[in-house]
Amino acid sequence: MLEVRDIDVYYGGIRALDGVSLDVAEGELVTLIGSNGAGKTTTLRTISGLLHPKRGSIVYDGAPIHTLSPYQIVQRGISHCPEGRHIFANLTVDDNLRLGAVQRRDRAAVRRDREWVYSLFPVLEQRLGQLGGTLSGGEQQMLAIGRALMSSSRLLLLDEPSLGLAPILVETIFAVLREIKASGRTILLVEQNAYLALEIADRGYVLETGRLILHDTAEALRANAEVERSYLGG
Amino acid sequence: MSLTEYGLQQLTNALSIGSLYALMAIGLAMVFGILRLINFAHGDLMMVGSYSALGLIFIGLPYWAAIPAAVVVAALAGILMERVAYRPIRGAPDVAMLLTSFAVTIILENGAVMLVGARSRAFPIPDFLRTVYHLGNLTVASVNVVAIIATAVLLVLLTLFVTRTDIGISMRAAADDMMAAQLMGIPINRVIAAAFAIGSGLAGVAGLLWTVKVGKVDPYMGFFPVLKAFVAAVIGGFGTIPGAVVGGFVLGFLEITFQALLPGEWSAYRDALVFAILIIVLLVRPNGIVGARAREEI
Repeated sequence: MLEVRDIDVYYGGIRALDGVSLDVAEGELVTLIGSNGAGKTTTLRTISGLLHPKRGSIVYDGAPIHTLSPYQIVQRGISHCPEGRHIFANLTVDDNLRLGAVQRRDRAAVRRDREWVYSLFPVLEQRLGQLGGTLSGGEQQMLAIGRALMSSSRLLLLDEPSLGLAPILVETIFAVLREIKASGRTILLVEQNAYLALEIADRGYVLETGRLILHDTAEALRANAEVERSYLGG
Repeated sequence: MSLTEYGLQQLTNALSIGSLYALMAIGLAMVFGILRLINFAHGDLMMVGSYSALGLIFIGLPYWAAIPAAVVVAALAGILMERVAYRPIRGAPDVAMLLTSFAVTIILENGAVMLVGARSRAFPIPDFLRTVYHLGNLTVASVNVVAIIATAVLLVLLTLFVTRTDIGISMRAAADDMMAAQLMGIPINRVIAAAFAIGSGLAGVAGLLWTVKVGKVDPYMGFFPVLKAFVAAVIGGFGTIPGAVVGGFVLGFLEITFQALLPGEWSAYRDALVFAILIIVLLVRPNGIVGARAREEI
């Protein structure tokens, strides 16, 4: 479904990604783990078109997408829920969700997806008229994920959905991720909490200072001594 | 003239001048909200609209057709300005964008001087806009009434646009968080072009109302209004439409109040006093009257 081939990405003169390649197959939940500054967020931003690789290619559904703008990539069915939530603080919850579906014209399908988002996060339905900025941190994360689900994307890029949340909320979010996966969507998950990520993922990639150093099934990565030492706090 | 009548008289004057500032400030605020660009060339769109109206009337277009057409020309000029001058430097440091807007101002004003000359030209005013109504002791110029009504209608339409339509909500979203707006699949270039078109159209309307009021056009007519509108937008709460509107009217009221209360020999200090008050407002509320919350940047 998604093939990232040997991409180099720069911020100004600084190389953030060095020959990164990864694959995500339809229906999979793939996780990208690594410490701060390893290039996880950069990888997601390059896939969603906020950054462009200097070298290499990104192919989605058989067509190259690495030169497209973010809105064209959304059109092709990829949505990106960014790190730090980035909800629209001065817009209502309702308008936040509406913008998630801004490119869609099929009203009936949009309404169905809204009902689905409400069923995943019932609290959002109670907060529709409230401004995004007035929500609690956990609610904002729910809104960010809900908003990303409102675009009829088949591939969901999720960046640090558990960051800064209380343990009980982290559990809620991960339970929802399982449900999203069960709905047939494909997920590429970036997560600092490698332990949790490898619990629900099918496969994982390990990034270190802009390079992929390891990839395997989640099971094998959990058993890997080096991963355990560096990322699982073992 | 009773005190009530005097008050009402000044109130209509304040509303009328406040309307113009509000119309101008909205465009500045929309563009700043999304791009962090202080577009000083915004004032020149008043001039573009008014000269267009003059030209269209000159070639024989009736007034009712020339005015809306001139507003459309101002809107198109705004779109063109963004496309040619601002899009290539999008994301550049704020100072670079500000300097570019000075350049655009100079090019537009000097362009107008080359095309039509630096001398001001009389603007033909139809009879219904020359009328002055007398209600008891009140005298109200019909152009002031038109300015207030036109502004009220435009504000209602603008509010509906930014709260009900996808592109309007997208515009507010882009001002809130540009990256997230892109990730939603909002076509940013279209949203920015729309913001320029609407802001410039409103500047065109403000320019025409101003022109009808003073009866002439000249290439530099936008200079003071854009400064005043900038101040209005800042005291209201820069980068938001409600802030621009509130700031515009507050500025209008302050000006008229000082004009009414100050003895004649002090009138030269009117603007200085108005600005002194505005500095105090900003000391008390650094984010402007409407801007209650500091913008947080991550």
